[in-house]
Amino acid sequence: MSQLCSLSLAETRAGLDAGEFSSLEVTCAYLERIEALNPGLGAYLLVTDELAKEQARAADKRIAAGSAGPLTGVPIALKDVLATRGIRTTCASRMLSEFVPPYDAFVVERLREAGAVFLGKANMDEFAMGSSNENSAFYPVRNPWDLDRVPGGSSGGSAAAVAADLAVAALGSDTGGSIRQPAALCGTVGLKPTYGRVSRYGLVAFASSLDQIGPITKTVRDAATLLGAIAGHDPRDSTSLSLAPEDFESGFGRSIAGLRIGVPVEYFAAGLDPRVESAVMDAIALFADLGAEPVRVSLPHTRYALSTYYLLAPAEASSNLARFHGVRYGLRVEDDDVDAMMSRTRGAGFGAEVKRRIMLGTYALSAGYYDAFYLKAQKARTLIRADFDQAFEQCDLLLAATSPTTAFELGERSDDPLSMYLSDVLTIPANIAGLPAMSIPCGFAEGLPVGMQLIGGELQEGTLLQAANAFERAAHVAHRAPARAV
Amino acid sequence: MRGKLATTDNDPQNRLDAATIDHVARLARLELGDDEKRRLQAELGQILAHFADLEELATDQIAPTAMVVRTELPLREDAAKPSLPRDEVLSNAPESRAGFFAVPAVLDQ
Repeated sequence: MSQLCSLSLAETRAGLDAGEFSSLEVTCAYLERIEALNPGLGAYLLVTDELAKEQARAADKRIAAGSAGPLTGVPIALKDVLATRGIRTTCASRMLSEFVPPYDAFVVERLREAGAVFLGKANMDEFAMGSSNENSAFYPVRNPWDLDRVPGGSSGGSAAAVAADLAVAALGSDTGGSIRQPAALCGTVGLKPTYGRVSRYGLVAFASSLDQIGPITKTVRDAATLLGAIAGHDPRDSTSLSLAPEDFESGFGRSIAGLRIGVPVEYFAAGLDPRVESAVMDAIALFADLGAEPVRVSLPHTRYALSTYYLLAPAEASSNLARFHGVRYGLRVEDDDVDAMMSRTRGAGFGAEVKRRIMLGTYALSAGYYDAFYLKAQKARTLIRADFDQAFEQCDLLLAATSPTTAFELGERSDDPLSMYLSDVLTIPANIAGLPAMSIPCGFAEGLPVGMQLIGGELQEGTLLQAANAFERAAHVAHRAPARAV
Repeated sequence: MRGKLATTDNDPQNRLDAATIDHVARLARLELGDDEKRRLQAELGQILAHFADLEELATDQIAPTAMVVRTELPLREDAAKPSLPRDEVLSNAPESRAGFFAVPAVLDQ
């Protein structure tokens, strides 16, 4: 039954509706595959097999009754940063190793209503902080294309699960590249929506002005389908945009002739692996063959994006993570003094990267340094965003690499925080400006996937998906799980 | 501009000084071991030195951006709604008593 697991979301749905197989059959095929492969990959922290079968049976009834929707009966993985009612949600942290949320995240509610099947909770970097998944408190995720390499992060479990056919699709979250970078390193599609497009209610907060939830899928069409299911207004997230429902597939099949594709010179600077650059240049050439018009553009403040992000995100994180103090949920290390109880709890519950960012953020917000660091970074944010506004006067979307390199080896960067942070240098600017961006596979370099990134103007997900879909068909990029993981 | 970098100016490795680490850890209510402190002195110092590139930017006339949404966000209706079930919420608490979260005594007996 393993071939069932190689189907895309659209193919799975078609097979379910045609009665070629049941949701229970597909779900059991995935559960068997997870049982066989997850011990080597570490993509899941929790497999919810009983729930999955129960949801699959309910989906089969719904399909039989003729009331199936675009996700009914489809087995999906959820990054363990999303609150799931009655299902342990750890954020891959010792702090929350036993936490069982009393409510569902908005996106989880949406998927439940749509009749999706939850295979389990995907591994991640602790509290979504990291670019390699080595910061999981429980175990690292390995890249399905090379088990000695990282899958990227922080949604590494979600990306590895989709790449290795351990889920039809997955949800991840992206604060500085955490959907796109692992999607690129694992050879999947990953989309970070416009800030405000998807409700953050029930997403454990890392950096609230940057966080967005989005899909990781086998195809561009599947990303459009899953985005359509999770987008929409939610009064419980004060930054949730009130927008009319949108068909994100409406541009599929339409010509992209005349589409102006901006190529930002600053994204092709030193540090970009020449093999990645070559794959991305080939992609630009293919877009030109399809009638699109490559335009050279400049985003002059790009070089300040990394510093800006690594001040803003840790500052927000240091505030958001103040809630983990041994009182309302999670770990407590006992002490008769309440201050000491909190400090000891936090010292014991957080891992090294989370502590580093709390320290960095607290420092940047502390008296005497606020103006020099935090306020300065907020002003730089204005300049970085203005760059994008100007660029989009000359083009319809931007194209660059997603990650400057292909997947690196486990341990290669874990002792050097700055070199790890540089993994995100090409994905961070879209978060700073709140723009939609996606990664799609555009080739291989020495057996490892290369991802290219498309960045759109505010709410231009439809344009991104149309261009990505046109590229995917023209390049004959078809999802396949790596043979070595099978 | 006050407080550029709290690194010791004569430290070639840009290490953050130990007193600053202690102060920030105290602000963050974060207990750190001696090894962790030593490592953070070096790592945070290096990271902050890297961030000094922002000092090149002329930002006197630039307004800060805290939030990227440009349209007006709708306010939700100010209506009373049931909260989460108390028992379920407290079931995640390390300690609770009589329907409340419980912490060590904060006032002298």
